[in-house]
This record gives sequence, C-alpha cells and structure tokens, in this order.
Amino acid sequence: MQRMLLLGDEAIAQAAIDAGISAMYAYPGTPSTEIPEYVDHSKEARAKGVVTHWAANEKTAMEGAIGMAYAGKRTMVTMKHVGLNVAADPFMNSAITGTNGGLVVLAADDPSMHSSQNEQDSRVYGKFALLPILEPVNQQEAYDMVHYGFEISEKYHVPVLMRITTRLAHSRAGVVRREAREQNPLKLPEDLKQYILLPAIARRRYKALLGLQADFIREGAESGFNKYIDGKDKRMGIITTGIAYNYLLENYDDRVVPYPVLKISQYPMPRPLVEKLVQETDEILVLEEGYPVIEELLKGYLSLGLKVKGRLDGTVPRDGELNPVIVAKALGFPVDEEKCIPEVVAPRPPSLCPGCPHADTYNAINECLKDLPKGRVFSDIGCYTLGALPPYNAINSCVDMGASITMAKGASDAGLHPSVAVIGDSTFTHSGLTGLLDCVTDKTPVTVFVLDNGTTAMTGGQISAGTGRIDQICKGLGVEEEHIRILKPLKKNHEEMVKVISEELEYKGVSVVIAKRECIVELNKRMREKFKNKQSS
Amino acid sequence: MKIDIILAGVGGQGILSIAATIGMAAVDMGLHLKQAEVHGMSQRGGDVQSNLRLSNREIYSDLIPRGQADMILSVEPMESLRYIPMLSKSGWLITSTEPFVNIPNYPPMEEVMAEIRKQPHHIALNADQIAKELESPKSANMVMLGAASPFLDMPFEKLEKAVHTIFGKKGEEVVSKNIAALRAGREFAEKNR
Repeated sequence: MQRMLLLGDEAIAQAAIDAGISAMYAYPGTPSTEIPEYVDHSKEARAKGVVTHWAANEKTAMEGAIGMAYAGKRTMVTMKHVGLNVAADPFMNSAITGTNGGLVVLAADDPSMHSSQNEQDSRVYGKFALLPILEPVNQQEAYDMVHYGFEISEKYHVPVLMRITTRLAHSRAGVVRREAREQNPLKLPEDLKQYILLPAIARRRYKALLGLQADFIREGAESGFNKYIDGKDKRMGIITTGIAYNYLLENYDDRVVPYPVLKISQYPMPRPLVEKLVQETDEILVLEEGYPVIEELLKGYLSLGLKVKGRLDGTVPRDGELNPVIVAKALGFPVDEEKCIPEVVAPRPPSLCPGCPHADTYNAINECLKDLPKGRVFSDIGCYTLGALPPYNAINSCVDMGASITMAKGASDAGLHPSVAVIGDSTFTHSGLTGLLDCVTDKTPVTVFVLDNGTTAMTGGQISAGTGRIDQICKGLGVEEEHIRILKPLKKNHEEMVKVISEELEYKGVSVVIAKRECIVELNKRMREKFKNKQSS
Repeated sequence: MKIDIILAGVGGQGILSIAATIGMAAVDMGLHLKQAEVHGMSQRGGDVQSNLRLSNREIYSDLIPRGQADMILSVEPMESLRYIPMLSKSGWLITSTEPFVNIPNYPPMEEVMAEIRKQPHHIALNADQIAKELESPKSANMVMLGAASPFLDMPFEKLEKAVHTIFGKKGEEVVSKNIAALRAGREFAEKNR
C-alpha cells in the first residue's frame, strides 16, 4: 500500500478517512488542529462527502459526534487536552449511552505546555469514564490504532478515547496506508431507549459498562499494541507508555534493552502482562509521558508493596514531557551536560505580528486605563493573550476559554470598577456568550472588548462561528444597543477609540466594544490567493 | 548512517522549506526520517526549531538527544547559538549572519559573531546577500541548505533533484533560481570550511 510522510496528526486524519468516517467534528486547539485541518483540505475526503464540522466549542463538537454515531455512522471528534474539560459532560455520559456507529474521541495533550495553560493527562479522563484508551507509540501505530479504535468501538458499542501528545502530533514520519473502508449506512440504534439516560435506564447501562471492563482488559492483552519484551537482566522491569518507549530504545545503540519491558499503548492496563513483569523482576521503572498514572496505581498510596521508580520518587522529573536524556538519567547512564546556551542569547518570546489589530486595541485600552490602578483587565485565550508581554503589559488573566467575561463580572460584583474583559471573536462564541448573558441578567457594570479579527487566528485561521454578527449576537443577548460600540483598530483611529472606550468605561452597566479588523495574517493570505488567481486567469 | 539536524530560526522564516527539501532527498534515498516541528503559539515571531533525523535504520525518538546533533542549520545567527547544547563535539554549526531583530534586547552583532566563531566547526554566511546577488531574494533558505550540503552524508544530486520536485510546480525559472542558490551556498562552504 501507499507510503506517505505524515505528521502524527495527519496520520490520524488519513486513518479516519480510510476507516470510513462520515464526518469530523472539532474545535481547533494545539496540538490537535492539524487533524481536522487535514480532513478539511483532503480532496479524497471531499470526494467521499466527508465534511469537517468546525464546531462552536468542544462540547458542541462532542455532542455532534455522539449524534452522528447515534445515526450509525463512524465519526471522530478532536480537541486539545483542555478542550476535553469543555466536552467532559457529553464525554462522560457518552460512556453510559454507549454508541451505535463507531466513535473515536481524540484528545491531544501538551506536556511541557508548549501552547497550553496546563499539562493535564487525558488518560485520567478515559479511566474516569471507564472507556478503552489508545495511546500510540509512533505515527504508524497512530494510523493503525484509528482503524482498531473504530473496530472495538463498534464491537462493544462504546466510544474509544485516543490520547496523543505534542511530539507525536507534530512529528513527521513514514506511514503505510491500508485499503479504505466504505462508510456505514444510516442506521438508528436497535434499542431506541439506549440514549435516554433517565435514572432507570442509566443504572442499567452503567452496569453494562462495568460488565465490559474485563473484556476491555482482555482486548488490551490480545490486540498486540501492548507488548511484553523479555530481557535477561531481571533486576529491573520497565513499563513505558505511549512515546516513552521510543526514548527508552534511543538509549541502546543496538535497540536491545537488557531489562524486561512492558510497552503499554492500550488501557485498561493488560493485567496479566503487568503481573508477569512484577513477578519476574526486582523493581519497576515507569516511564510515562504525562502524569504518573500507572506509577501511582502500582505503587499504592502507602507504597507498602512494590518498589516502583518514576516521577513520584524523582527518578524522572515530576512535570514536563520526557526526552531521551531524561530517560538516560533514569537508567543511570552518564549524561554530558557541559555545554550551555551562550549567555549572549536573549529569549525570543512569541509576539503580536506587525500590523496586528490587537496591538492598536491594546494601545487604546492602555491609554484609557493609564491613570487607574493596574490589575483590572481580564483576558482570554488566543493571539491577544500575547498582550500580557511587553510592550503592552495590558492584561491580568488568561485562565480558560471564556473566563475573561465571567471573571470581570465576579470582580465587578466584588466592587472593582471599571472591570474590563478582553476576548477574541472565536473565544467569545466558544464560551463567552453565556457569561455575557449572566452580566446582562445582573446588569453588571463591565466593559467587554470583543477583538473581532474574523478568524480563529492562533491555531492558523479556522472558521470563527460569529464572524460578521458579533454585534447582533450581543444585541440578541440583551446588551443595550447604544452600548454596543464598533471600532476599527488602526493607528489613525486612536483618538476616536480612546474617546469611545472612555465613555463605555464610565458606564455602570454592560457595554461591549467590538474592535473589528481582519487578522493581518489572514489578510495577507487572502491577498496572495487573489494575486495567484489573477495571474492564472 | 545517521544524520541528526537541528533546524533553527524565527517563526515565519520558513525553516520547514529546508526540512522538506532534505526530507524529499532522504525519502528518495530510501532512508528513514523523523521530523519534529513547532506549531502553535511560538510560530508568532518566537524562536522555532525542527528536529530532523535521517537514518538507514528505524528511528525511534522524535527528538534528537542533547549533545548528539550532527548539525545546527540556522537561518538566524543568534538562534543558531540557542541550540549549542544539542550539538555533538564533532558537529557543524551552519548559520546565516543576517539578524532578525524583533526584540528590544537583541545582543550586539559582534558578540553574536564572536560566539559563533568560538565553535570549532562552523560556517557563517550572509545567505540573504548571496540570494540577492543571484536576483532571487526568496532563495536565501536554499543558499543555507547549499552551505550545509558538504556536511550532509547525501549526494548533492539528490538535493538538486528534491529542489526540482518541490519547486517544479512554480515553473522552470523558480527551479533554476533555487538550484543556483543551492550551488552558491555549497560553493561558499567548500571555500570556507
């Protein structure tokens, strides 16, 4: 079959197309974005009528996927790790409803927080929901596992969680494709009460889910993704999860590890294999890309039993992603750390692009607030979070999608005035609407800036659900029309912006200032396309 | 054989075009390849790098172990120094001397160059200048790849072929300009190694 050079994300997307999904559901988030992007741009997907639905947020994406699988089709929903928090309600309950068509939920974790506000481990969610979890070791396994994930999803009628981390998501390698499978026909569940989670039905379905756990463990021992590789030296046994296996092998020139190794890529853990490793070796080293999930389980709360080494005893750092050198140290190999970064090298943090509309907005906001004590601007997640850095130093918070508005409300409730929120258009439609409704309900004095650049910029310019209608949405939520102000953030409009913003900061009610100008990156992209089309026509 | 390369630059400088060209040549030679990239927030003008690994046997880690890179190939001088701890004792540092100044505290150029010259194996060239002289200012990255080519364990023709494949869609003129850039970079490195 065809061999392709693909990012881990792209391998997953290609596999989803080949496994016969009928649609992809997603809200963009690093490091997951390239999966729905790939399907969105795939000619093959288009020819098969496979659509990428860019949802308003991860919860609506997840629910859309549950509905599609209800109708018997295969579907995948993708999100970054913190997106699974947003989708947690439907995700947890989808384990109880079960599924009809195959449903694979993909969460991309970001240990070391390259582009995230925390490094939570999605395997904890999978265990919480009592669902099978797949955690590929490399791009090829990621491709193969999507096919397998759909098979067991349809075999046991449950969603399957697939968990990847940044380095797999954003690393390219050769992947061999399989033959593509046809899409499922539309077919409703046999039991039309399956999805009605009234207590009586939910109790029955929960018992059924509990009853499947033994099957899930058996599948994990038989599927071949979990492997026991024997070694001569029984003084230590090593458990690796996901890509940690690669870092282990990297440390042996001949790729032969002297110790017995249990490579885990599928959960619940393969109990018989774990028992074998524990019986045959004196102590266990656990190498996990993420939280010490397995380590904690094996060690037990009081550490009375097994000798287990890993993140909890300092053999491996407690936080951050793994790499070959961290694993070398854990194995007791000497590591040459002589060379340092020369002192002359200055940090180069990311920054707003030259010509970015957010820069003009922040300059105006800063001027309006310059005579007030600092600390009253609640912001959110997107490119504009970079307003936290010099030269702007304009914001005081970035917590979770939508928290700008609700935190500004809380601080206002506490007596802070003016209390300011700064939120991007896509983040606003993701999770800002309900917070603004709370403000309207309570007539809370807040000034909400919606930075409307017409796109989801930070993740590379995906559709933003409210483009062109932010003012109407605010009006619909009950914000007074005279306090919905639209500005065009440009240097030449600075005086006008300062005037309007000052007026709204004084208002003791809900006001929304929409700073509306196209993202400079998207504008340049559009101009290039236009130029190209002109040339070719 | 194995070749481990750290590609370095600033978000938006297009280091991935270099990676794609080497990658194409590697695939053509039947080599295994892994290439870890940076996506997301850092792409907005921050420091970016890519770990490009080639080998004639299966590659496991997506990341190059510290101190084992055979080359740092950087399109920006200060950025080339950021990855010194990654470079092996016999490794080469190949960098452009054209600074990309988007921070207020960019160090004085003479200090940056002094640090580069301290490296036992280095090639420093003004790729932008060379590309401009060839009337192909957009080909600076191919000049850099050319400068790296004598130290890559792969036939030069394979790189030229990859340039043909990658730029072929854009027409013969673009291809020949990039080939010229590639050769000019190689020539500089051969003379100054």
